[in-house]
Amino acid sequence: MKKELGIFILLIVLCIVVSAINPNFLLAINLQNLARQIGAFGIFSIGLGLVIITGGIELSVGSMMALLGVLLSMMLTEYHFAAPLAVIACIALAMALSLGHGLLITRLNMQPFIVTLCGLLFYRGLARFITKDETKGFGSQGFDWLRFLANGNVAGIPMPFVLLIIIALITWVVLHRSVYGRYLFATGRNSEAARYAGIDTNGIVTLTYVISGLLTAISAIIFAFYTNSVSPANHGNAYELYGIAAAVLGGCSLRGGEGSVVGILIGTALLQVLRNLVNLLGIPSSLDFAVMGAVILIGVMADQIFTERRNRRQVALMRELSAREAKS
Amino acid sequence: MAIENTEPILEMGDVSKRFPGVVALDNVSLSVGAGEIVALIGENGAGKSTLMKILGGAIASDGGSIVINGKPVEIRSPREASALGIEFIHQELSVLDNLDIAANIFLRREPTTGGFLKLIDRKRIYGEADVLLRKLGLDLSSRTPLAQLSIAQQQLVEIARALGAGARLIIMDEPTSSLTLTETRRLLGLVKDLKAQGVSIIYISHRMHEVQEIADRAVVLRDGKNAGELQRHEITHERMVRMMVGRDLKEFFKVEAAGNGSKANGKSGFIVRRLRTMRYPHEMITFSVAAGEVLGVAGLVGAGRSEVARAIFGVEEALETEVALDGKTLRITEPQDAISHGIYLVPEDRRLSGLIVDFNVRENISLPNLESFSSAKLINFSKESKAALEACKAINIKTPTPEMRAANLSGGNQQKVVLAKWLTFRPRVLIFDEPTRGIDVGAKAEIYELIRGLAAKGVSVIVISSEMEEVLGISDRIAVMHEGRLTGILNRADFSEEAVMRLATGTEG
Repeated sequence: MKKELGIFILLIVLCIVVSAINPNFLLAINLQNLARQIGAFGIFSIGLGLVIITGGIELSVGSMMALLGVLLSMMLTEYHFAAPLAVIACIALAMALSLGHGLLITRLNMQPFIVTLCGLLFYRGLARFITKDETKGFGSQGFDWLRFLANGNVAGIPMPFVLLIIIALITWVVLHRSVYGRYLFATGRNSEAARYAGIDTNGIVTLTYVISGLLTAISAIIFAFYTNSVSPANHGNAYELYGIAAAVLGGCSLRGGEGSVVGILIGTALLQVLRNLVNLLGIPSSLDFAVMGAVILIGVMADQIFTERRNRRQVALMRELSAREAKS
Repeated sequence: MAIENTEPILEMGDVSKRFPGVVALDNVSLSVGAGEIVALIGENGAGKSTLMKILGGAIASDGGSIVINGKPVEIRSPREASALGIEFIHQELSVLDNLDIAANIFLRREPTTGGFLKLIDRKRIYGEADVLLRKLGLDLSSRTPLAQLSIAQQQLVEIARALGAGARLIIMDEPTSSLTLTETRRLLGLVKDLKAQGVSIIYISHRMHEVQEIADRAVVLRDGKNAGELQRHEITHERMVRMMVGRDLKEFFKVEAAGNGSKANGKSGFIVRRLRTMRYPHEMITFSVAAGEVLGVAGLVGAGRSEVARAIFGVEEALETEVALDGKTLRITEPQDAISHGIYLVPEDRRLSGLIVDFNVRENISLPNLESFSSAKLINFSKESKAALEACKAINIKTPTPEMRAANLSGGNQQKVVLAKWLTFRPRVLIFDEPTRGIDVGAKAEIYELIRGLAAKGVSVIVISSEMEEVLGISDRIAVMHEGRLTGILNRADFSEEAVMRLATGTEG
């Protein structure tokens, strides 16, 4: 938990600074909007974080969202599927595609970067082709419960945020308390040793991609109804990078085997607060990415320094022990 | 210290080094004369490698002095060592096999045509590299990609690199460990040539006859201390071994092989039939281990012993095999299959395959057995901690707490953690691949005791070892391999270093 503490402090400090400069930050409407964004981005970021813990990467998230978004719209408005059926079809498709990624990576030994980069290109192209590059929407009527998932509130708390908290709780238990989570960390850290310990490392990695697909689909549905129109060329553009940035900020290592759900949540929140800050402080929005890049760099740098310091402390402890032993 | 009529070019005095959990060097001294071949010998973990790493600038000493050509120096990096004329030929080759010979020889000191771009002077590097290769008797163009060379030839490239860098002192760490007999002869001849050219050599080897043949002096280390030295005429096999071990072999292996274990037959014990590995597809291995028996597997590096172990354990695919335990034929394609039948492997490379070094001791120990510390797939942390703590106590793992990262433990304690993984659930067959490599003497004895203890409990144990004393001391029978072939199985009555070496080098068929 020490790891997350640093980034959490950064988040709090940032919030205090922003609200000091522009008190509008604390307006209910702004906080609500912020929470909605955090919810929608957080759900798929958790999936991406899990993939990163396996030592892999998932670049196709944004494209997959565009594809799922336009399909959802077409199923509901053009083919008039029942809403639950359309939702299930979307989720099933995302999981099947991710299963494909997982199998290519584990069975054919392909590099995750390449496999999911091809996904990024392929799904975007497919989304644009099947829509003839036309923006798809959901109109202004119907699909009430789906709209509620994206735009509704429960006791003033935006639904996406509520969903994020539920999903985060489940993932937290799975990742930090279950056998699967431990195997996931072992596989990401040293898949060779994990295999020698009898862990089905291929199965673990594949399963993780499928989970990521599931969470991406949930986020995709929320985003589709949040924007209410899905432009196949732009929808979800670069979202995978937001997810990767959130995970890395939250302490996931791209080398694998490191990370936590709490860290990913705080990372997501920090990113969204940064976007909000650019708006509220009147920073030119063209600087949006530059601000984010700088903050991520500083966050990861600080974390690296803390980790090294902790390791040095442990080594010193062992040294002391051996010195004491040598004396006796 | 009689160094015959030559000035010492190197004097190391009172060098000490402490690692977490172990004193690696305790006031060790070493001097080398110009054009002298000094053999540095001692058991694994005696401190040879540590001493040489300090000389080579790879690690820093905690105390002591290094004097080169009469001048005290401090060596803080391999680059500084190189500038002083010291070159290190490592046991694991450190050549880059994606480049050609000349590129390897001139790595980090490429001559350039000058100018802003610093283009590599291709004419010069290939020309000079070719000259160096001739000098070493290697009849190859320096444009040959390294990947096409045999291990012996790659080693010559390393030596050429050392000479090209102007080495006055070359450290060779087990240079013959992966060479054939003819290649070894050629290398020993080359070492003598280098000596004639005035180059000094520090020669680290476990092969007593090589030391006997070429060394002007043998310096013996034991448990990180100087244990004595022998002049050329004093070097004999017995004297070296006595100095290295410091006691009789029998005493060292306090836990004698019990000689128990009835022969494995169709109904009991562990049997491997017709095993063909990917590396040696034309050789078939068949052997058996009775319950309670320790089968040693001896052979030179590259004889295919680890491949056999990995194939049995399911890490590597076997082309063909039939494995049976107590008369029941098993199907093993992945480690989890082997594990489900109680067959475990303690692999050769502890840090890469045996452990997850960034996990703590508790997480490492429970890893293969996590299900039994969980209910409904959720880990019961108090149960897990308790088991880890018990395991640490039971086999004396020296760590302040099971929450310590495994990376911070000494080699011996890391190995015990690997063992503890398997001891938490009942093994039927336990395969050890080089169980004491890089481990200090105290921990070694404890591991031998554990191995014999397992056999006494009826486990079939296989111990792959390149250490002669170890394999002779711990085994009930010894299977010997040579280039993928099982050349013989010795019974306890026939044990001798000579018998094993003959089978291991393939001089007897």
